[in-house]
Amino acid sequence: MLRVQGGLKTQNNAELMCCFSRVKGWKLYGKEAKTLMNMKKTKSEKVYNNSIGVVETQYHTIAEQGDELNLESGEKLGPVTLAYETYGSLNDDKSNAILVLHALSGDAHAAGLSLEDHSVGWWNDMIGPDKAFDTNRYFVICSNVIGGCKGSTGPSSINPATGKHYALDFPFITVADMVHAQRRLIDYLGIDKLLCVAGGSMGGMQALQWVSSYPEKVRSAVVIASTLKHSPQQIAFNEVVRQSIMADPSWYEGSYYEYGQPKKGLSVARMIGHITFMSDKSMEEKFSRRQKSDKFSFGFDPAFEVENYLHYRGLNFAQRFDANSYLYITKAIDYFDMSGLNLIPLGKTVDTRFLIISFKSDWLYPSYQSQDIVRLLKKRHADATYCELNSTYGHDAFLVEINEQTTLIKHFLDKTFKKYLVSGDYEKFGKSA
Amino acid sequence: MKNSENQLDHRIIYSIIEPESRVLDLGCGKGHLLYPLVRDKRIRAQGIELDDKAIQECVRKGLSVFQDDIEKSLREYPDDSFDYIILNQSMQEVRKVDCVIGEALRIGTKVIVGFPNFAYYKSRCVLFFRGRSPVTKSLPYLWYDTPNVRFLSIKDFEDFCEGKNIRIVESHYLGEKTTVKLLPNLFALNAIFVLTNKP
Repeated sequence: MLRVQGGLKTQNNAELMCCFSRVKGWKLYGKEAKTLMNMKKTKSEKVYNNSIGVVETQYHTIAEQGDELNLESGEKLGPVTLAYETYGSLNDDKSNAILVLHALSGDAHAAGLSLEDHSVGWWNDMIGPDKAFDTNRYFVICSNVIGGCKGSTGPSSINPATGKHYALDFPFITVADMVHAQRRLIDYLGIDKLLCVAGGSMGGMQALQWVSSYPEKVRSAVVIASTLKHSPQQIAFNEVVRQSIMADPSWYEGSYYEYGQPKKGLSVARMIGHITFMSDKSMEEKFSRRQKSDKFSFGFDPAFEVENYLHYRGLNFAQRFDANSYLYITKAIDYFDMSGLNLIPLGKTVDTRFLIISFKSDWLYPSYQSQDIVRLLKKRHADATYCELNSTYGHDAFLVEINEQTTLIKHFLDKTFKKYLVSGDYEKFGKSA
Repeated sequence: MKNSENQLDHRIIYSIIEPESRVLDLGCGKGHLLYPLVRDKRIRAQGIELDDKAIQECVRKGLSVFQDDIEKSLREYPDDSFDYIILNQSMQEVRKVDCVIGEALRIGTKVIVGFPNFAYYKSRCVLFFRGRSPVTKSLPYLWYDTPNVRFLSIKDFEDFCEGKNIRIVESHYLGEKTTVKLLPNLFALNAIFVLTNKP
């Protein structure tokens, strides 16, 4: 295990930290360690140039008394704090704002380096100067969803009515509720129309929800490895995830905040998740049947590397993510349904441009689900591009397959930003790129 | 075939398509045909293509493309969704040709079909004198690596349209560098037809 400790003195050091912390906590193989050391010597400047640098999460409170969020369940929620980060700067006519939407366990920290926990943003390879979401050109916003536990109001927040953690008193939230809250943040930031809403997995669902709820506010949507609705298989996985949390005696019907997280249940829940995020092939490549020692242990302690990995991931998750948030958010995505006329109501047309991306080895959100989105968009004459990318990483691909996603997203955004007009730029600059 | 804006078939199709029309290009490749149309004639273009590298190239050009199989790609579109459906140099790679053309005529006002002519005199010569499957400029593949599954002549296609009550609104016959007027079924490498079943 490699952990970089100590204060940060220079910007370059901070950037190197990015590289290190990306792999912190998980075993570094010889080759990776060597690469990192080389990076330290030769590439630090390049790494620095391509990253946003140090970022800080900001907080904004909405839905104060009398102005509460009206939730889809019929309940009201307020006040609501939203944790968010922004990268790049908003242009004069406020036409370059992109809202990036995180997945199930994500947070507002999408890019750059946080000094709080020395972590690099979850989409750092995609957001930054000259990256897919180019912060030299665009103003990128990412906020933690409501119901989450990374600074936005969720079940682990203090209920102002009781002075205690909400726990299961927290109202059920839906993807639409998440989006309505984000809309208030966008209003607060003074943005009338977003250049793009973009996200993978649950982030893609939020992007679709944005188009459904506020079509006039969204010029384009990038929906990656996502779906119009969860299939019974996806709901089934989520139910197993929830049951494993709730089966842990230390869950205490959700009121565990005084005693600590239901670690075992939450950890098993996350292990299930990680299996579904990878593919058979990526697991073979990453672990094969390698074991700690050459001989069988003839015991139940984790011995296979894949077991160790899952245990590590599970425990790590239990330290950083609230169990009740996991329950609430998995339920929210199970309720999500943009099929039929939910995305674009009958008689309406949509001016939003779409970029839909799926990955061949993703069996959690298989390509057919992205193709269902495409079929729906065809019926409604929406301007859209769909591409299934080759990747062996399974559902995780949206976080790690950077090059092809970057090509697609970068040019898609460029054309949208220039108001859909094809100019001669391609002939001048693009051909060899 | 070499792709460029100067390519004769592209020039002809470019001249057929009216400005600002809605165009669907089936098998759009890297967008060499759609790109100048979008740039100059402000058409509303959508491409369908299977190859993901080609799709990336289209996106680079600012074109909207769906990754899909031509044969499965038309079903969802409502009637009269487009002014033109282009099937240039892709029809011969399609198995259910009648279905695709039928669907194209349903969702588009006009269908532009471009295909290599199997009855070109050089093909006939190779077959007759050398006894081998023809390899020509418009049919450049060897028998074992061709993506083509349909081999047809200009007359075959005209018969097909007559049999299906499809009206041929325009026809262009292409030689190596210019169009061909004389005995097209013998001297044309490629043909481009504009079809409709609308009154």
